[in-house]
Amino acid sequence: MKNELLKKAKPYLFVAPALIIFLVFSIYPIVSMIQLSFFEWDFISPTRLFVGFKNYIALFQDSAFYQTLSNTFVYMILTVGLGILFGVLLALFLNKKSKVNSFMQSIIFSPYIVSLASISFLWMWLMNTDFGLINYILSIFKIGPIDWLGSPKIALFSLVIISVWKTVGYNTIIILSALQSIPKHLYEAASLDKANRRQTFLKITFPMISPTLFFLTIVNIIASFKVFDTIQIITQGGPQNSTNTLVYSLYEYGFKFYKIGYASTIGVVLLVIISIFTIIYFKLLSKKVHYQ
Amino acid sequence: MSEIILKNVRKDYDNKSTVIENLNLTIASGSFTVLVGPSGCGKSTTLRMIAGLEDISSGELYIDGKKMNDIDPGDRDIAMVFQNYALYPTMTVKGNIEFGLINAKIPKEEREQLIEEIIDIVGLREYLDKKPSQLSGGQRQRVALARAMVKKPKVFLMDEPLSNLDAKLRNQMRSELIELHHKLNATFVYVTHDQVEALSMATDIVLMEKGKIRQHGSPHDIYTYPKNVFTAQFIGTPEMNIIERQKFEAIATLPEQIAYIGFRPSKVKMYEPTQDQKQKLVFTGTVLTKEMLGSEIIYRVQTNMGVVAVKMFSDINLNLDDEIKLSLSYSSIHCFDENKNRMDILRS
Repeated sequence: MKNELLKKAKPYLFVAPALIIFLVFSIYPIVSMIQLSFFEWDFISPTRLFVGFKNYIALFQDSAFYQTLSNTFVYMILTVGLGILFGVLLALFLNKKSKVNSFMQSIIFSPYIVSLASISFLWMWLMNTDFGLINYILSIFKIGPIDWLGSPKIALFSLVIISVWKTVGYNTIIILSALQSIPKHLYEAASLDKANRRQTFLKITFPMISPTLFFLTIVNIIASFKVFDTIQIITQGGPQNSTNTLVYSLYEYGFKFYKIGYASTIGVVLLVIISIFTIIYFKLLSKKVHYQ
Repeated sequence: MSEIILKNVRKDYDNKSTVIENLNLTIASGSFTVLVGPSGCGKSTTLRMIAGLEDISSGELYIDGKKMNDIDPGDRDIAMVFQNYALYPTMTVKGNIEFGLINAKIPKEEREQLIEEIIDIVGLREYLDKKPSQLSGGQRQRVALARAMVKKPKVFLMDEPLSNLDAKLRNQMRSELIELHHKLNATFVYVTHDQVEALSMATDIVLMEKGKIRQHGSPHDIYTYPKNVFTAQFIGTPEMNIIERQKFEAIATLPEQIAYIGFRPSKVKMYEPTQDQKQKLVFTGTVLTKEMLGSEIIYRVQTNMGVVAVKMFSDINLNLDDEIKLSLSYSSIHCFDENKNRMDILRS
């Protein structure tokens, strides 16, 4: 009898450590966040005030929230789109084995391993309006000076440039390995089938790397939604809220203004958005993506 | 139909290793020519040079009288079947067959008609919308063939196309390829390391070793009149017995120039006293090993001239260590000189 019980419990015991960690650090915070979004609380006072949907109503009536939302999406679309586009172009360019190319690969990859804080300081200097290197170079061509980080119209795009610069190396390396795993004989067959370069890329190379691009798209989207470090260090959401994103405003409301309920509400919105993206991607795109 | 001519063709890889030094080969129009040889003999390289997938380091290649050295593979009017089929995994069966036609800008109606013609020959009608990963090895092979056939090329190139199939399917595909060759009337160039495949399908065999042609002829010629010891041993299973002069002299005397003699295991018979005994060589031996092949058995027999292979029908069933008396007709003995080349001196 006792043995029987142990036998049944065994598999659960084996998965228990992972399950407990998952419950404590993933499921509990999510449930707790959803719960907090119905309360008003300042982090310190012992009582929480239940307010129902008040936080949600306030959020959806706040014009700043819509700007934050739009910033987040513009940032996401541009970083993911450009990051993958440049990743593909660089990978195609580097897809010949030579010493120069492997050296180039390490150079392109290096930003990815540097901490975001250092990168942020580096770019703050590069993009400085008065003594930044970029504006200096542009001035040679009689362009500028451009207020990279101070203009509400440009600051978000400057953050996109920084993000693309950081991730493109990672994307390139991953796409490059996908390119190099395409069997050579497919290209030989295509050359016998009279395929020109464009057809070869569209009909063979692209479909063969599409699972990789699919993977990178998801990873990059999630990463871009979570953008925080560069904003915190470089712009703090400014100027005029033009670089404020969902995660940064969540941080501001939670840890600067101590409006935990409101911050949780933003968290719930972010959760819903990311869930929708994940579901769309897995349901729709995965059908059109080729897996061997 | 078209003739393929390779003239003084040389192939180096990265200017370092030379695979083929000086190859001269004429592949007759409409022939089923099989390039056969051990691995590394240059047969695949030769095929790939004909296809245009490898550059020719020096020398000339002509197909149908036209110099092809600098012509793109797609413009050579050839089709190739690869060892691993090289099907496009992202396209359906139909997409695979159609890809070359689309690139050649053939109008849709004509494409449909061409595919329609091919699809029943290869028996793939139900699979048109499937992806290659959903097909069995044999079906993939057929898709690869269909993809080649639909272009109606003058030359079909095949690089070990049957080596990934199981034995039964391979036999079946072999006869289908022979049939196909009859039907299409095109030139087939086929690479294999399997001499059985070469013998069974070819109208012409080109036997290669270390980048050189050792013999070029019909399967019958190559089997019956091997020009050298290499050919004699490469073609035929089990391989021909080759005996050095000194060892052979243990049982018979030989004319002077002969350095090696050879005979096929199937030509050795159990000794039976008959009238034409003078035309036969008689010797004794002990059975060392026995390999049952079904209708035939291969024995290794220890004789005075060394160990020889003997192939007999399985109605003669010998046991290990049996002492046996064997006979070999003089007319089935091949003679070779010290350079291991064939000598056609009177057999006596």
